[in-house]
Amino acid sequence: MDFRLTDEQEKFRQEVRQFLEGEIKQGLWQPTCDAWIMGHNPEFTKRVAQKGWIGLTWPKEHGGQGRSFVDRLILTEEMLRYGAPAACHWFADRQIGGAVVHYGTEEQKKELLPMILKGEAYVGLGMSEPEAGSDLASLKTKATEDGDSYIIDGQKVWTSGGSRMNWIYLVARTDPNAPKHRGISEFFFRTDLSGITIRPIEDITGGVHFNEVFFDGVRIPKTSLIGEKNKGFYQILNQLDYERSGMERLMANYPLFDALIKYTKETKRKGKPLSEDPIIRPRLAQLGIEFEVGRLHMYRIAMVMDAGRAPNWESAMSKAYSTAFEQRLAATAIEILGLYGQLPPQSKWAPMQGMAYHSYLSSKGYSLQAGTTEVLKNILALRRLEMPSQ
Amino acid sequence: MNLAFSEEQEMLKKMARDFLTDKFPKTVVKELEGSELGYSPELWKEMAGLGWMGLVLPEKYGGSGMGFLDLAVLLEEMGKACLPGPFFSTVVLGGLTIADIGSEEQKEKYLPKIASGEMFFTLALTEPSAQYDADAIETKATADKDGYVINGTKLFVPDAHIANYMLVAARTDEKAKAEKGISLFIVDGKSPGISSSVLKTIANDKLCEVVFKGVKVPKENLLGKLNEGWSGVEKLIQRAAVAKCCEMVGCIQQALDMTVSYAKERKQYDRPIGSFQVIQHYCADMATDVDGTRLSTYQAAWMLSEGLPCAKEIAIAKAWAGEACQRVMALAHQIHGAIGVTIDHDLQYYTRRAKAAEVSFGDASFYREVVAKEMGL
Repeated sequence: MDFRLTDEQEKFRQEVRQFLEGEIKQGLWQPTCDAWIMGHNPEFTKRVAQKGWIGLTWPKEHGGQGRSFVDRLILTEEMLRYGAPAACHWFADRQIGGAVVHYGTEEQKKELLPMILKGEAYVGLGMSEPEAGSDLASLKTKATEDGDSYIIDGQKVWTSGGSRMNWIYLVARTDPNAPKHRGISEFFFRTDLSGITIRPIEDITGGVHFNEVFFDGVRIPKTSLIGEKNKGFYQILNQLDYERSGMERLMANYPLFDALIKYTKETKRKGKPLSEDPIIRPRLAQLGIEFEVGRLHMYRIAMVMDAGRAPNWESAMSKAYSTAFEQRLAATAIEILGLYGQLPPQSKWAPMQGMAYHSYLSSKGYSLQAGTTEVLKNILALRRLEMPSQ
Repeated sequence: MNLAFSEEQEMLKKMARDFLTDKFPKTVVKELEGSELGYSPELWKEMAGLGWMGLVLPEKYGGSGMGFLDLAVLLEEMGKACLPGPFFSTVVLGGLTIADIGSEEQKEKYLPKIASGEMFFTLALTEPSAQYDADAIETKATADKDGYVINGTKLFVPDAHIANYMLVAARTDEKAKAEKGISLFIVDGKSPGISSSVLKTIANDKLCEVVFKGVKVPKENLLGKLNEGWSGVEKLIQRAAVAKCCEMVGCIQQALDMTVSYAKERKQYDRPIGSFQVIQHYCADMATDVDGTRLSTYQAAWMLSEGLPCAKEIAIAKAWAGEACQRVMALAHQIHGAIGVTIDHDLQYYTRRAKAAEVSFGDASFYREVVAKEMGL
């Protein structure tokens, strides 16, 4: 047992910090909550790509750095700590590149991976549909073979990153006659094709990372199929383990936590800083405790991945834990701010740039996307605890 | 980073589990909880024979020289078994403290007897104020020509009724600041002027009231430096808190395992109750709390083992464990249903111990304040 990071890893953390602090100092961007999914900044993504920080864990032969998942966790932890605008490359780096490495053909790897590594693939995730949420396998969007092509018809919803995407990772039905889990395939293709309509959905924060995406006879080349035809559902279960594995679940609103601590130290009520208030002080400490416990869950996951196993129940556990944490953090922040907590970022009176308001509202969605807390607890019960399904 | 036990630790874990399962079925635990001594002299000898009392003490003094992390493995198994008796007070509170701050003579005199299982030690720290702060120490030790004279009342002293020696924290300078006037003494448990009585407690774990009336202690029994005892006390509270967390990990892991297997067997509405999502989600919540406790506890234990500064990590572990244990036990009972609240069911041993552990060596409120300071609040 050893909880220490290596000297190289500590050095790497410093390198990432220096880079991000330098960016902030130059005024290139401001730290914000949820910047990993809402902060689209192509120039930032380019600079990250130039550092070689996209595809960090991919094998070297595919242009990656062949580094460990703990290394990648350090990188993402720092990106989230500083609220860096990493949305342009986040999905491609986190799960799509890995899926191509894992399931793609040699041609696909040659075509797609360099584009992801350069930070040029802004990927949307086309999974949920109006009638297929947690029960993803009941999806209806069709991919019908036609010569050298597939024709896509149907509708996706809650497509993250849809309004900025130039590529989409799509799950569609390729065999309508097979049992529902066995007739699904995965595709990856450009979104500038005719027949694709994207309609942004404004969420309760006023942000638009969710979208509806309509496919009307969209013709894609057969080479867009990733992995085995009709095995897509099983591929995606594995990919979801990775999607849920990261620090963003715990740290999406870390800039708020940071700002809240500063705010409570600087704001006085009845002549004393809020941080010394006998009710507020232990609540902040409790959040600190919960955060650190969450971090340990995250590092455990990285170690599972470094041991070559998909982090299955571990990432279900940590995602359920972490999204509950971020909701408590945001709710606590609002309670501490009192009346000020209800002010949006645009308000001149809003403390902490309105991060509490934003985070309180945005955190409601994260216990839903990428597996609802209920689905995750099912996974935990069935796979870790081996409880009976009936 | 690596979260796995070493091969030796795995062996120790297995050996401990086999021994404790074999020798301490709940019938034995029940009998010992109800007995006057609170431990079995025969089984204590067997444990000493396995080298457990000396496991973490230096080889020079008859121990095996293993680390705190190895002790953690053993303590987890003890928590799982609800082991009654004076292991914790003798080894964690007594042995490790003497090894940490004792003089060479004191180590030579006491540690081999602890390692061999010949002597019981304990710590007389808390008083009727029941706080772990320096200003809670009101017991006085007054210097006289041969040594010191102790007067005061200590409360919640584990195993004082059988202890050969007690480490007593007493105030030696009343004018100094709370932390600056405290000293530790090694006091013979049979000294004239000591009277102790066992308290009835939730865990039946032989916590005692100990009254010191003009108890004479020779000079050479001062442990550590005069008036500078508090730093040693702080360190021993930290070690004890982590050690308690290790027991709690074993305790709630066992409660989870018992609950999951009960949920798989118990049928209602013609199906195992473990197939209902609400029960599954309760169990998932329990597992998340167990894992959080395990991760934070072993992080602190590893840091202690490595001699790294870890006040914050210890505080996180104990604050988390104390409250997580309560959540886990509440759900364990809810899933077990009425059978779980019967005195003949095993679950109640864990419920009672988890509650006692929560308040021992600092509760969540106590450690939240430590974390608040570490966070710069």
